[in-house]
This record gives sequence, structure tokens and C-alpha cells, in this order.
Amino acid sequence: MNLHDYLYYIILPILSLSSVVVFIRFLIGPTIVDRVVALDLVITIGIGIIAIYSIINDKPTFLDIATILALIAFLGTVAFAYYLEKRNKKDE
Amino acid sequence: MSEILIYILSTLGAIFAMLAAIGILRMPDAFLRISVTTKAATLGVGLLLGAAAVYFNDFAVSTRVQAIIIFIILTAPVGAHLIGRTTYFLGNKMWKNSVVDDLEGKYDKKNHKLLSEDVNAKNKREEEKENK
Repeated sequence: MNLHDYLYYIILPILSLSSVVVFIRFLIGPTIVDRVVALDLVITIGIGIIAIYSIINDKPTFLDIATILALIAFLGTVAFAYYLEKRNKKDE
Repeated sequence: MSEILIYILSTLGAIFAMLAAIGILRMPDAFLRISVTTKAATLGVGLLLGAAAVYFNDFAVSTRVQAIIIFIILTAPVGAHLIGRTTYFLGNKMWKNSVVDDLEGKYDKKNHKLLSEDVNAKNKREEEKENK
């Protein structure tokens, strides 16, 4: 088993399974905060999948997309936190 | 030699990502979920990106990977703190076996400010000041 097969048949399935498990939490999450955290974690694991995928296909260009995903994940979390807190403040 | 390093880095990274996923599914309350995902996911993704940097062995790729890792390490704690603060304000219950809540009564629910004393004690003191 060479490196390509190892990454393709062991590492990528583990990462895919992890994102499916996180998505279960996204679906059942009792509060909205759990959903935001799960979404953040799905994107973070997606960055790892992109890194492995760029090794398999020997194309380092894919790493640019990983940068953008990291930016969007942070922006999304901060925006959700800000507006959830603001909504809560208005209710009282 | 570098191939062995890629094996090690990618395996460890996948294991940490899997631990984060199991943690977010199994942990009993929102604060613990935030804690476990931030720590495990940051390390896991950092190791996976490190594997990519070792594989390509190129200055341009290494720089890009370094930028992503530093960005994740800088932003993950900030995001976790913000979302944890929001969780506290939304009034989520802590796990029933949690031992201590240091912030109990110290957050002003009206204007969302953190005090070093109890909110009720402070309000009482201000009332006394007004009466004088």
C-alpha cells in the first residue's frame, strides 16, 4: 500500500465520517449555538479534507480555497455570535 | 523519509479531527462542546496541513500552509470565546454535574457587562447612594 492508497482509502474516509457525525449534531442540536459550533467544525474539517485532496491530486492550488474557507468560518462564527447576543438583548 | 513523516502527520491529524467529531456528538452541554471542538479541531487541521506542506516541499506552498495554520490558531480561540459568551447570555443550562459557575450573578443581564461583584449587591449600594 503506497501513500496514495493510504490517503485515499483510510484518511479520507475517516475525515468524511467525522464530518457526517458533526452533521448529525447540526441536525439534532438542541440550541442554535450547537448548530453554529457544528457548522464551524464542518468547515474546519473541510479544510483538512482539502489539504489531503490536494496531496492526492498533486495540485497545491486547492490550498487557496482552504484559506478562503478558514476566513469564512471565522466570519460566520463572529457574525452569528454578535447577532444572537443582540437579539437576546432586544428581547429583555 | 518524508513519506514516513506524511504518514505520521496525516494519521495524527485524522485521529484528532475524529476526536473532535465524537466530542461534539457525545458531550452533554454546549460549553463542553465548544471547548472540545476548538482544541481538537485546531490541532487536527494543523497536522493535516503540515502533511501537505511536507509532501509538496515547495516554498510557495509552505508559506500558504503556514498562513492558514497561523490564521486558524489566532481565530479559533476568539470565535470560541465569542460564541461561549453568547451561550451564557442566552441562558443555556450547564451540565447537571458541573461543579462551579464563577460568573453566576456577576453578569449584568441588562447591558451585558461583567462586574467583579454581585449584581444585586451593586444595585442595592447604588440605591443607598441615591437615598442619601
